[in-house]
This record gives sequence, structure tokens and C-alpha cells, in this order.
Amino acid sequence: MSGIICYENVDICYNGSPVIKKVSFSAEKGEILGIAGESGSGKSTLIKAAIGLLGKNGSVTGGKIWYEEKNLLDLNEKELRKICGSEIGMIFQNAGSSFCPIRTVGDQLLEEMKEHRKIKKAEFEDEAAEMLAKFGFQDPKRILKSYPFELSGGMQQRVGVAAAMLLKPKILLADEPTSALDVSIQKQVVEQMKMIREQYGTTILIVTHNIGVIRAMADSMLVLKDGKMEEYGKTQEVLSHPQSDYTKRLLAAIPVLRR
Amino acid sequence: MRKYIIQRFLQLIPILIGITFLSFAMMRVAGSDAVTEMYENRGTAVSQEIIDAKKAELGLDQPFLVQYVSWLNGFLHGDMGTSYVSGKKVFDEFVSKLPATLLLTVMSILATVVISIPLGVLAAVCQDKWVDLLLRFFSFIGNAMPNFFVAMLLMQLLSIKLNLLPVIASGVNIRSALMPMLTLAISMSAKYMRQVRAAVLEELNKDYVQGARARGIRESVILWKNVIKSAMLTIITLLALSIGSLLGGTAIIESIFMWDGVGKLAVDAITTRDYPVIQAYVVWMALIYVIVNLITDLLYHCLDPRIRLGVNQNG
Amino acid sequence: MDKSARRKPKKQKNYLKKRFFIFATLALILVVGSYFSERLCPYDPYEQNLSIAKASPSLAHPFGTDRYGRDMLSRVIVGSKTSIYSTLLLVVGITVIGTIVGIICGWNGKKLDTILMRISDIFLAFPGLVFALAVAAVMGGGVQNAVIALGAISWPKYARIARSQTLAQKESLYMRAAILSGCSTGKLILKHILPNITGPILVTAMLDIGTMMMELAGLSFLGLGAKPPVAEWGSMMSDTRNLLTTHPWVTFAPGIAIFLSVMVFNLLGDTVRDLLDPRNER
Repeated sequence: MSGIICYENVDICYNGSPVIKKVSFSAEKGEILGIAGESGSGKSTLIKAAIGLLGKNGSVTGGKIWYEEKNLLDLNEKELRKICGSEIGMIFQNAGSSFCPIRTVGDQLLEEMKEHRKIKKAEFEDEAAEMLAKFGFQDPKRILKSYPFELSGGMQQRVGVAAAMLLKPKILLADEPTSALDVSIQKQVVEQMKMIREQYGTTILIVTHNIGVIRAMADSMLVLKDGKMEEYGKTQEVLSHPQSDYTKRLLAAIPVLRR
Repeated sequence: MRKYIIQRFLQLIPILIGITFLSFAMMRVAGSDAVTEMYENRGTAVSQEIIDAKKAELGLDQPFLVQYVSWLNGFLHGDMGTSYVSGKKVFDEFVSKLPATLLLTVMSILATVVISIPLGVLAAVCQDKWVDLLLRFFSFIGNAMPNFFVAMLLMQLLSIKLNLLPVIASGVNIRSALMPMLTLAISMSAKYMRQVRAAVLEELNKDYVQGARARGIRESVILWKNVIKSAMLTIITLLALSIGSLLGGTAIIESIFMWDGVGKLAVDAITTRDYPVIQAYVVWMALIYVIVNLITDLLYHCLDPRIRLGVNQNG
Repeated sequence: MDKSARRKPKKQKNYLKKRFFIFATLALILVVGSYFSERLCPYDPYEQNLSIAKASPSLAHPFGTDRYGRDMLSRVIVGSKTSIYSTLLLVVGITVIGTIVGIICGWNGKKLDTILMRISDIFLAFPGLVFALAVAAVMGGGVQNAVIALGAISWPKYARIARSQTLAQKESLYMRAAILSGCSTGKLILKHILPNITGPILVTAMLDIGTMMMELAGLSFLGLGAKPPVAEWGSMMSDTRNLLTTHPWVTFAPGIAIFLSVMVFNLLGDTVRDLLDPRNER
């Protein structure tokens, strides 16, 4: 398999019991890959494994995760942390709580930037403001001075996306980025992610239980059930001609919405 | 914020009245025969008339509330009566011994902070590794030892076996303070280290730590700039609470090490039933504790932007 | 959280149950042993025999003898009755009183709640042992008075917990449903509130046993608890502390007894806490 990021027979265990079994897929530069499945199917675990966020109880027990000729699983913590943020960014379901509550957004973005390159504060402010403006903030400097809890849920999510894109990573991992949002804001976020791909050619792995989101943006999709791959292919093909029974049932369960 | 400070001060008033009233009432109930006892303490037998006259002089024949108000008035003017035993002014005697106790208390708190915060953080960071297990083991042992037992062990080890420090304090100085300080700090640290560890662990498990990791922030930066800063809020509050047990603990430790502070004064007063002194002790300690808690509370409000900016966290 | 969380939930639960069983047994041995303490002593703990005063530990007297020639082992065993029994009585007492006050406050709300909570505020404003010291001073020494003194400062903590739990339960949906379906107040409290608040209260009480035991010993150490010749660990240590230089075992024997008992009850308390922790459920 080729591609900028490539999973090869990945097994993941939590507390000794397997949650991901022999999953393989890959994504090209600029590709959007949707990972679907019901809750508990292991889809978040799958992308968290790439940047070592499985926590104490989880570990990758088999397989490889390739990123540009490097096996991410072979890197030590320091090397991996360098890649995080600068080459692989991540958006969380609840972006607000992914920021420290007692420090301002600006502080934390500056910290992120400083970890990866030398930068002056004024320079940073301009760059960060520019990035925030791209995600629809009218007054980015004010956002930088705010604490996370001062922003609304939708704003927090956009700040989360901006923070992930701050260093223009090549890959963006998105863990249910729309699930906690109102429908109107969901659409906004989907649009913004498409914009990201357009502008930066970023590869996006998006985990969601919302097939609508996948339909709207993903080039290819993967269906996960109990940690096993049920189906993997081009989004259109999978959606129009699902092969496995599980995918059929999953698709049948979605209420059809007119756009 | 200013509104909060004013509100907080207003809340203090009933508490202060309650503290003084309770202390006064307790001692008055106990000391209803205070005059008789005063004479007994001095070893002189006197007739009932003299006792009554003395009672009238001290205002003990007045109604209870009148007595309380006049006592409170005196207290506010620095008059806490005279000691039954020494015949000296209680207030003066008390104030003259307070610095020794405050010195010991402050030293113990500093030692506790220096010992337990780094160790607590270390234990949390090395969760379940041998360092953590070892520290938890020590903290567990320390938690099960009453402070006077710790005092005796230290005496046996440091003074008798190793001959490093004096068993009994000789005057109020740093060298004499080391043993009582160490005792109090060991007892306090054992408990406090556990709390620091728990507070840091709780922060470490929060989502923002994962967020920061995903943004590529080094573990050390996450720990020092984010986690410890957040955990500090809890840590400060817990420290203020443990000062309560420290203030009580000094009474025992001071009398073991013959440290000439208010704790020893109080314990001595208890044996001689010198009620005005005990009363002064209780009121003063409660006042100090209330003030410490007030300061902590205000500090907490300054440090936490969520509260400082008055944003409701439910959203 | 702790190392135990890494295990599988089911395994974890079994492990906790095993731990609970061990420590509960140890605690039970302590309690039962202290009840029959008089029969367990090898010697009469109060009998003086100056010819063997201050004897070093030996086979006949494993902890040595004190300055009156009384066997320390026997005194430590008999001391358990005062120390352990009074502590348990104290903890049970404050738990019951605190819980009742808390439930009344939480359930009634309004004026009674305000008044009782202000009163508990005042008690909580005193640093722990300081107030107990004063109460004990006023009432004079004696184990009973020391227990009352400690009880006086400790109940508000339980009242607070019970009150907040009651309030939380009262607001819950199932409670409203029960009220609407016409349950009587007594039944509501007994059947719905009480079972739901016992968890936190029980954990607090279990963890308090050790602390209370040490504070009670502390008061006795200051001469405000048990009076000599009654054997009590705290007063025994205070009694013999001038022998520390020459005959340390006499002082350390009761100290170690306090240490071990507190440890057993703390371990039991920790286990009960973990056992009732919902994170360890499933």
C-alpha cells in the first residue's frame, strides 16, 4: 500500500482485550477518508493510535502505521511529539475541553507554536490571527485574549480546528468533530474542512458516526464494526453498493434528509 | 470581585460572633465557680462574702448576655481578663507567646510544602511505578502515626541515638524549632502528599492534557505550565484546610518539646483550669483559622479565571 | 486510576472483594480482641511489682515492664478496649447524628436548614483539635468527655455530606416521580434518600476511624482523655515518656499499637472507598 499515511494490519488492545483487529487502509495526499461505525466500534481509538494518545491502558499490539516512510509506532515519545501538531494535527469532539481552562487561547497557541519553531510574540499573533480569520472569526485578536470558557461551543470548535491547522500539518485527524454541535454549525465545520483540503492539500481522516458528514466530504470510507473492517472503498461505491450486511443495515438506519 | 470580597466579609460577622459566643459560653458554664476555683488555686480559703464580692467585681453576677457583651467589648480592646494562676493580663501573656507558635507554624507549613508538593507531583507523574509505590507506602505509614508518636521516634533517633538536635527546646530559636517542625511537617506531609498526588492525577486525566499532547507540546511543559498550575488551585485550598489540624497539633507538639508558644500555654492552662487563658487560646486559634481560610478563598478567586471573570461553568 | 484500574473490571472487583475480606477480618479481630481483652492478657495489667520494674523485653514480658513493674503487653492489650471501643462509639455517634441533622436540613430546607447550617459553620470555623481541647478542658478529663469533645467538632462534616446528598437526591427525577405518586415523607426518606446517601457517609466514617483514634489518643496524651491508671494507649505514652531515653520500648509499645490499629482501619476504609467507587463497578 502507498499513501501519505498507511495503516498495516493494526491491532490495538485496551486492558489486554483487543478493540481493533487487523485494520489496514491508506490515504493519499489531499484525500479525505471517513471512518464510520457505531459507538464502541473502536473508530476513535484507531486514529488516536497514530499519535500515541491511547493512554496508559491502551497499546498497539501488532501492525504498523506508516507516515512518510516512518513507522509512527517505532518513534520514541519525543520524536512522536515533534510530529504532533506540526505534521499531524488533531481535532477533538469537544474542542473546548482540549484547552487548559485557566489559560488564554493565545497563550496555548503560542505555546504550541514555540514547541515547533522559534517565533517572536508579535509574529505569532499575526500568524495566529490570520489563521483564526480563515475560520470566520471577525476579531481574532480578541479570541487570542479569551479563555476557552468564554467562547461558545461552535466558536470553541472553530478555534480547535484553527489550532490544529496552525502549523499547517500534512494530516488532520478529526475525532467526531461535528457530533457535539448544532446542525447549522455542523455544516460550517464540514465546509471549513473541505476548505482546508482545498487550500493546504491536507489529508483528513475523519471519524464520525454521521454518514451524512461522510457523504458530504469524504472521498473514501471505511466501516468499522467491533474493531474489524467491514467495508472499505470509494465513498460513492460504498454508499450506493454496500457489500456487507452490516453496512447495508447501517445505511438503512440513517434517516434520509433533504438538503 | 469587589462585591464578592464584601459579601465574604459580611459572611464572617455571624461566624465571628458565633465563635466568640460559643467560646465564652463554654468557659462561663465551666467557670461558674471560677472565683472559688481561683482562690482554691491560690491555696487560700476564703469566706462566702469575699467570693460574692469578687464575683460582683468581675461582673459574674450579671445576666449572661450582659457578661458576654462586656467580655466581647473587652476583647475588642485587647482585654481578655487576668489569668487565675499567674495573675497576669491574659492578653499580654498571650501576645508575647504568639510569635513562637506562629514561627513554628509557618516553618512547618513551609517544610510541608517543600516536602510534599514535589513528592506528590513526582508520585503522580510516575503513577504505579516503583517511585510512586514507595512514596505511597511512606505516606501511608505517616498517616497512621499520631504526631506525638512521630515526636518520640524523632527524639529517640535524632537526639538520643544520633545526638544531632536537642530533645527539649532551649528558648525560641531556629535550632530548637527544628525537631517540633520536623514532627509537624512529617505528619502533615504524609496526608498532604496524598492529596497533591490525587489533585495532579485528576488534572492529568483531563481532556486538555490529551489536547496539548496532540498539539505536540512536550510532557514537561504540559506538566509545569498547565497541569500544576491548574492543580495548584486545589492544592492551596487543601493546604489551608490542613492548617486547622496543624494549629491543633501544635498544642501537643509544643508541650512535648517544651516549645514556649501558645499551645503549651493552653495545655498548661488546662491542667490548672485557668479558664481565661483557655478561652483566649480557643478564640485566637479560631480567628487565625478563619483569617487563613478567608485569604485562601480570596486567593482562589484571584487565581481562577473562571471565577474571576464570573462565568458560569455549567455552559 | 490506581494501579488496580489497569486490571479488567471484573478481576478488579474480585481483587477488591478479597482485599476487603482480609482487612475486614483484621479489623474484626481487633474489635473482638479488644472486647475480650481482659481475658487475653497474660498478666494483670494493673498489678504492680516493683521488683521487676523497667524490665527489658524478654520472653516473659515481650514488651518489658513499666516503672511500676506492670507488664506492658498486658497493658497494651487492655488499652485496646478504651482506644478502639471509644473510637468506634464516637464514629458511630457522629455519623448517626450528623446524618440525621443533614437529612433534616436537606429535606426541610428553609429556615431550619439555614439555622443548622450556620451552627455547623461555626463549629467548622474552629481548628479541629483546638475546640476539642477546650471542651475537654471544660468538662474535665475522662474518656467519655474526650469522646464528647471530639464528637462536638466532628458532626458538622457528616451533616454537610448528608445534606448535599439529600438535596441532590431530592432534585432527581425519580424522587419527583415518587413524590407525585404520593409516597409519604417517612417512606421517601427511609426507602429512597437513605439508601442513596449511605455510600459517601460510610466511606467518610470508615476513613475517619483512624483519624479519630489518633485524636482521641492525642487528647489522652495531654491528660484530657483516659486518666491513669486506666490503660489507654495515648495516656500510656504520655505516662512513660520520661523513660524514653533509657527504656524506649515502654513508650513505643503503645505507640506501635496505635499505629497498627489505625493502619488496619485506614486500609479497610480505603478498600471500602474503592469498592463503592462507581468507576470500579461493572
